[in-house]
Amino acid sequence: MSRDATVAHAPHRLVRGVILGGVGLIFAVPILAMLEFTLRRGLAGGYDVARWAALFQNGLTGEYRPVLVALGNSVGLAVGTVLIVLVLLVPTMLLVHIRFPRLRRLLEIICILPISIPAIVLVVGLAPVFSVVAKLLGSGVWSLAFAYGITVLPFAYRAIQANLDGVDVRTLSEAARTLGAGWGSVLLRVLVPNLRRGILAGAFIAVAVVLGEFTIASLLNRVNLQTALVVVSKNDPYSAVILSLLALFVAFLLLLLIGRLGAERRPGPRRATHTDPPGRRGPGIAPNLTPTPSLTPSAIPSGDRP
Amino acid sequence: MSHQTAQDAQTRTGAVVQFTSVLKRYGTHLALTEFDLTLHAGELVALLGPSGSGKTTALRVLAGLESPDDGSIVINGEDVSALPTSRRDMGMVFQSYSLFPHLSAGENVEFGLRMRRVPAAERRSRAADALALVGLDAHYDRYAHQLSGGQQQRVALARALVTRPRVLLLDEPLSALDAKVRVQLREEIRRIQTELGITTLFVTHDQDEALAVADRVAVMRDGRIEQVGTPEELYTRPATAFIADFVGLSNRMPGRVRHGFADVHGVTLPLVDPSHPDGPARVFVRPEDLALEPLTPDALPGGLPGTVLLSSFLGSLRRTSVALAAGSTVVLQHDVRVHPQTGDTVLVRFSGAPVPVETAIDPTPAPTGAPPTVVPEPISR
Repeated sequence: MSRDATVAHAPHRLVRGVILGGVGLIFAVPILAMLEFTLRRGLAGGYDVARWAALFQNGLTGEYRPVLVALGNSVGLAVGTVLIVLVLLVPTMLLVHIRFPRLRRLLEIICILPISIPAIVLVVGLAPVFSVVAKLLGSGVWSLAFAYGITVLPFAYRAIQANLDGVDVRTLSEAARTLGAGWGSVLLRVLVPNLRRGILAGAFIAVAVVLGEFTIASLLNRVNLQTALVVVSKNDPYSAVILSLLALFVAFLLLLLIGRLGAERRPGPRRATHTDPPGRRGPGIAPNLTPTPSLTPSAIPSGDRP
Repeated sequence: MSHQTAQDAQTRTGAVVQFTSVLKRYGTHLALTEFDLTLHAGELVALLGPSGSGKTTALRVLAGLESPDDGSIVINGEDVSALPTSRRDMGMVFQSYSLFPHLSAGENVEFGLRMRRVPAAERRSRAADALALVGLDAHYDRYAHQLSGGQQQRVALARALVTRPRVLLLDEPLSALDAKVRVQLREEIRRIQTELGITTLFVTHDQDEALAVADRVAVMRDGRIEQVGTPEELYTRPATAFIADFVGLSNRMPGRVRHGFADVHGVTLPLVDPSHPDGPARVFVRPEDLALEPLTPDALPGGLPGTVLLSSFLGSLRRTSVALAAGSTVVLQHDVRVHPQTGDTVLVRFSGAPVPVETAIDPTPAPTGAPPTVVPEPISR
């Protein structure tokens, strides 16, 4: 990681601190407010953990069971959406990049399009499609992954494209092919490892967007985490907020975990032998700086949570 | 280092590569047309040409990275035109740095062996040998960004050679490097290539590089080969005006072709191609085929008087431009110990080496007055 710290014009430490602090505050205040809300004893004032204790004493079963089911649905949907991104978007982007560079603009427009279409409009369009899907494949929650695959496109595309621009994918794949690699090896052994950061960033955003999604699920009458929380909040706002906090926490942990897994593998076990000053860099190799970390936690509390 | 190279050298003698009337089209543009070239076993052939002349396309067609629209490519008697790149058994070094950034130098070199399912222990030792061949055995664990440009290209060379390919393809491997490293590495490439006896196609736009390294040079223009020959042949007997102009420095002088000889300002010179039709022509004369002598009353006839415009010291030689009294300006090269001053009147003499000519579009007036002066003694070649 220390290698990437040598960017030429890194901002001053103080500036970094102020920006980070400001952004952190914006995210922290609502979360802290939620926490404060769940700890209130009542109208008389004072704080205790009674509501938290009550929730856990009941064992998150019975009354709140639907929330657990919904959480399961959401995680499943997140996995499905990430799979769609990995299996469909990544190979398509690579193919366009390497073989059909003239289609790049078109692909970009198609991928960015969903961001300019409000979710409600998307649903109006998707409703008849989903009635067909329901007839053919059943009306399981998982079918929402198709819709989420589309809503996630702009974010995932951007994240992967940023990485793709920093790597000479064409030369690398040609080099691998002359060394005897078939297309499968080129993809898995050369391209994916070098695009790992972009792909991970794309996957993070997909997870974040899916966990926070409400509109489409609600309007298509599917149950996911957000719709379930709304149902709970209608009879017990305190429990709803506690569950939201827990969901946030779990998602946060999940993202940190994935980020950990992705970020630390590159330098390899023989790292100790590197003695070169990091400043000397071949001109052709751009450090692949993708904005991974900043993208991850922020996307969760946003979105269309009620 | 020598024991590894000797061990590698015995593994394979070079393959014979044959391009036969290869054609490659990009839309309406003909990148290659009637492209015929044979690389003999163990030979280093340089493809030289200006950008857009099709030299890289020819190499990419051989590598299988582009498919030809017509013609055939045969290696050791086997037509490989339909074979995918991964099965052509070639080693290639690219113009841009192409090391896999996520792998160390050693793992990069191992990559081709891994694709061929060579066991790990053998893989490692062969990769180490290949790195030793390019003098980088101490850099096995370095990543691309920890290597200089020259080192990266050396690793790329090791990576291309470690699989003991039939043919080595070099696509302007030195053009991203600075001048000193470039000369050093091109000599090293030549040394390794000779040691291994591997048939090599070297694409470059740098004539010095091509002349210095190659057994034969093929000069390309507009998708076809203009001339193939040894560096000496190309330089001293360029087949066309384009080559005379492109390879080395040449003075272009107005003249006229008459009965298989060129007449330049009243001096008659032999032609490279004596069958050139009569008429006005541009004549190409090498700077070293011109000699400078002081203008004295007892000078032998056959020289052209002129005035020195500029003389520059280039280290091992001196280059002087002279405005001839007859009209044109010529550049000539001579010994550094002769240093003419600007404004000196001098006599320029032709060595009499055969010259290539090009039919001129606007006819220059034929020299009138005195009949052609004495033909300078042709220097035997």
